[in-house]
Amino acid sequence: MANPFASRAGIVGVGVAIGITATLLQYFGNPPNMGICVACMERDIAGALGLHRAAVVQYLRPEIIGFVIGAFLAALLAKEYRPRGGSAPLVRFFLGVFAMIGALVFLGCPWRALLRLAGGDWNAVTGLAGLATGIGVGVLFLKSGYSLGRAYSQKPATGYLLPVLMAGLFLLLVFRVSFAEGGPLFFSQKGPGSQFAPIWMSLGAGLIVGAIAQRSRFCTMGAIRDVILLRDFHLMSGVAGLLVAAFAMNLILGQFKPGFAGQPIAHTDHLWNFLGMALAGLAFALAGGCPGRQLFLSGEGDLDAGIFALGMIVGAGVSHNFAMASSPAGAAAFGPAGILVGFIFCLAVGFTMRERA
Amino acid sequence: MSAKRVDARGLSCPQPVVLTSKAIEAGAESLEVLVDNEVSKENVLRLARRHKMQTSVRAEGPDIVIEIKK
Repeated sequence: MANPFASRAGIVGVGVAIGITATLLQYFGNPPNMGICVACMERDIAGALGLHRAAVVQYLRPEIIGFVIGAFLAALLAKEYRPRGGSAPLVRFFLGVFAMIGALVFLGCPWRALLRLAGGDWNAVTGLAGLATGIGVGVLFLKSGYSLGRAYSQKPATGYLLPVLMAGLFLLLVFRVSFAEGGPLFFSQKGPGSQFAPIWMSLGAGLIVGAIAQRSRFCTMGAIRDVILLRDFHLMSGVAGLLVAAFAMNLILGQFKPGFAGQPIAHTDHLWNFLGMALAGLAFALAGGCPGRQLFLSGEGDLDAGIFALGMIVGAGVSHNFAMASSPAGAAAFGPAGILVGFIFCLAVGFTMRERA
Repeated sequence: MSAKRVDARGLSCPQPVVLTSKAIEAGAESLEVLVDNEVSKENVLRLARRHKMQTSVRAEGPDIVIEIKK
């Protein structure tokens, strides 16, 4: 039985749909050039839960919740729901932590890098160059036999954990539960965390994107990796669809503002934009998927991808608590140190985790 | 002659494709790739098509066997 979303037209269509959805979410209230940003939105969730106390980035983003549950439902319907795990979970957790530290030095995941570019933020160019460089290093490891080992089938109910957790977060959001005076939960009064599209629109968009991305295997890291490793442009055509659609929508909606300086939730520290995304790209490549893809995989029962996603959320807490996350003013005091430690960790993983030749 | 067999079960993307690709580049005329999920199947089939090789797919218990021939 053919899967229409796995065709060339299918992946392009999904990329276009994501580009349109993201820019519309911005139009209806999400932060600028951040219609969908998996790293930023997981960071906001970490903030809402009190894992960090950066007051401007705290919100339980329904898009993330929708991604996991949408992918879960799509996988169930397609009979692809298959709980599996056990491929070096703790290593994947820390890959998630350092991926987030890198992404928050740049200020965005690969999806947001594309959306920033489509919105005229030219700082995204150095970020994307860094991303490709980091993935290129990951490809060298893959070529020399890098592997985190096999995953094995797990009991059917284990795969419900992350979708149920996400449903729980959604209930917390709807009822705005306050666990103590002054929070948690925390919701930003100003800054990006206070900018959001209507809850049901965000959730609906998340569910749809989660479902079609699960069917099409859309992955930004995979797109760049497959071009470098295999000269395969299948996933890249989806990424191109996202970029072109978001650019066209930004023109239509008046959201295209070209330049380097003064871009929303961005800085012009080119070196750290490059190195932040290089670290993130390497971590994504070693873990086998971009942050979005990890959420879709966790929806279809990949417990190791779920661990990576939780690592990213914890990493957001670490990143903000220890002054590693950048601000529009530029890289933070300990951002460079975080990047350095992250590279040491990722290179150690790359060199030590391999199958016999 | 029995076909070379690549066991890619449980391996995450892109390792099934990398292993298959290495086997093809090593000159394997025919091989069987064992995978356990749809995504790996699609990816290995796409690789085989790019190499203009013939493919057939069959189930083996819970796993999927992809036969690839020159």
